[in-house]
Amino acid sequence: MSARYGMVIDLDRCTGCGSCMVACASENNVPALPRATARTGITPMLVRRVSNGREGSEQREAFIPILCMHCEEETPCVHVCPQQAVEVDQATGIVMQMPQRCLGCRYCMTACPYHARYFNWSDPKWPKGMEASLNPGVATRMRGVVEKCNLCHARLHSAQEKAAAAGKREIDPADYVPACVESCPTGAIQFGNLADPSDPVTRDSHSPSAFRLLAKIGTEPKIYYKSKEAWVRALAEPNSTASGITSRASSGTSEAHHG
Amino acid sequence: MASTALADRRWIARGEERTSLSKFLFWLAPWVVLLALGVYAAGLCLYYGLNQTNMDNRFAFGLWIFLDLGIIALGAGAFFTGFLVYILKRSELRPILNASVVVGFICYSGAVAILGIDVGQPLRFWFTFWHPNTHSMLTEVTFCISCYLTVLCLEYIPILLRNRQLRKLPSFLVFEHQLHKLVPVLAAVGTLLSFFHQGSLGGLYGVLRGRPFAFRQGFFIWPSTFFLFILSAIATGPSFLILITSAAEKVTGKKLVPHDVLRRLGFISGALLGIYVAAKSIDTLIWLNFTSPSRGFAGWQYYMYKPFGTPILFAEIVLFGLVPAFLLTFRRTAAQRGLLLTAAFLACCGVLMNRFVLTVQTLALPTLPFDEFLQYTPSWQELASFGGVIAYGVIVFSLSYRYLPLFAQSKGDDAHVPGH
Repeated sequence: MSARYGMVIDLDRCTGCGSCMVACASENNVPALPRATARTGITPMLVRRVSNGREGSEQREAFIPILCMHCEEETPCVHVCPQQAVEVDQATGIVMQMPQRCLGCRYCMTACPYHARYFNWSDPKWPKGMEASLNPGVATRMRGVVEKCNLCHARLHSAQEKAAAAGKREIDPADYVPACVESCPTGAIQFGNLADPSDPVTRDSHSPSAFRLLAKIGTEPKIYYKSKEAWVRALAEPNSTASGITSRASSGTSEAHHG
Repeated sequence: MASTALADRRWIARGEERTSLSKFLFWLAPWVVLLALGVYAAGLCLYYGLNQTNMDNRFAFGLWIFLDLGIIALGAGAFFTGFLVYILKRSELRPILNASVVVGFICYSGAVAILGIDVGQPLRFWFTFWHPNTHSMLTEVTFCISCYLTVLCLEYIPILLRNRQLRKLPSFLVFEHQLHKLVPVLAAVGTLLSFFHQGSLGGLYGVLRGRPFAFRQGFFIWPSTFFLFILSAIATGPSFLILITSAAEKVTGKKLVPHDVLRRLGFISGALLGIYVAAKSIDTLIWLNFTSPSRGFAGWQYYMYKPFGTPILFAEIVLFGLVPAFLLTFRRTAAQRGLLLTAAFLACCGVLMNRFVLTVQTLALPTLPFDEFLQYTPSWQELASFGGVIAYGVIVFSLSYRYLPLFAQSKGDDAHVPGH
């Protein structure tokens, strides 16, 4: 049976500590780029800070981790890539990026409404000695190609190998947990199979406090968020006037950045 | 120096008056410097990577894509003039046919050169042919532009072989004669290819469901921008030819093409521009009232950020659309050279603004509710490469004018016109 891997991220639990970003970078051999800015760095997992736009005692803030939403329908990046360097894995629902086939045209980045795709603007480099800490299960990416979150696909491979060695066809869910999920100190990120009705993640995704970003554009993202705060749930709507976030330009966003 | 000038004279067609070699070189010098700077900047981008630009993960397309879309639209005069002459038999436009081919060749080869710098892995260009994604508009653009540039080269070769010295080689003469027979076929093929890639360039943005500012509905797989891009390109391509011809007349101090030919081109441009403005207006109303709101984005949101307020929409549709359409279409206004040129200039500005809005404004506008309006300023390397392409165009056109039969009318007959 095909899986549909996805997440539910509890924004009320997220403290914005950035552990998920560091774990992601470490797991996926993201290069350290000292000269990178918030807009040129590679952050497959990016924690952004959002505000309700009010001041004084009425001001509220939340942290919202942004990663590839692994869109299910009319996946924008898959649809536009001229040379099939992006595809949706039918067995897992994971949107896969193949840097080895990428032309570096960046059309997929233009197509992604979540800004969850990153271009390697420079040659990947690590400080001397740090090469020894690279994850041998993940290939590094060269300059001039696009990359993004692939839900720690190398971990899925390991889980599949382990299952195969044990003579099983299905993996043990406990063997496949992405690095960001594993590292979150508050357990804000839950990961699971959305195709399995008994999975806690599936149940959480149907809760009244769950929402998805830009759901109206119809791409069926598999990353859900949840919050008890109404103004946070209003982030689901591009028209944020009803939520108290009166203006995007003045909503006071900032981005934590891994360089 | 005298012997060099004499040798140069031998390459210029008999009976044609051209400026002295020294004056010509003086004219070329600044353009060569600009081209050299552009090549240097492009070399930096290829060697060190695209970190030499000011593009980033949010502004993944920048000045170069605008340039590509802009010059390919303006270069549409090449295929459209060929279509008018060979398919619709509008032979009165023959005097401008060769110039249109050269302008098209410059625009398309310049665009392809810039694309070669703009992609992160240019050596993988062939992957698109090997692993084509048939659902991607960019695949169609790549296929059609590659094929059409080949067609333009084949159309340019007969003009090149008309050079006084090259004609002395019998094999070249035979080759050129044989190619001439193909020119009407090439014009038809070029028209087909151009219709598709001009449309697909519009489709590039129209299919972006994640960018509601650009996303459009349409017919079957084609968003409305597919058809609007074709219309706007064939409407403004002739206007660009009017401007180029007039600029050449100004620089050379000669009457190269009869005003009637330019006026005829202007009328075609104006009439098509009128249709485009009507279609664009209807499309804008549908998008603002139905397409965008159904995806959660109210139309007013797009125009609350300076400098992309509603004036830019007004300018695109009225100032650079409706006004030149009227000026170009009416006989009384088109008869006045000044008004004709002004209108052609406005029409070209309009298509450039349309491409700018679609490429730059689309990326600058927020999509997520906590996004901010973005700004982007091209780096000097991007600007220099941009300038390099313009310099390349001026140099190729100048050399073509000096040594090739670019405007048949300038000699008083059209004996040099291919296929005639």
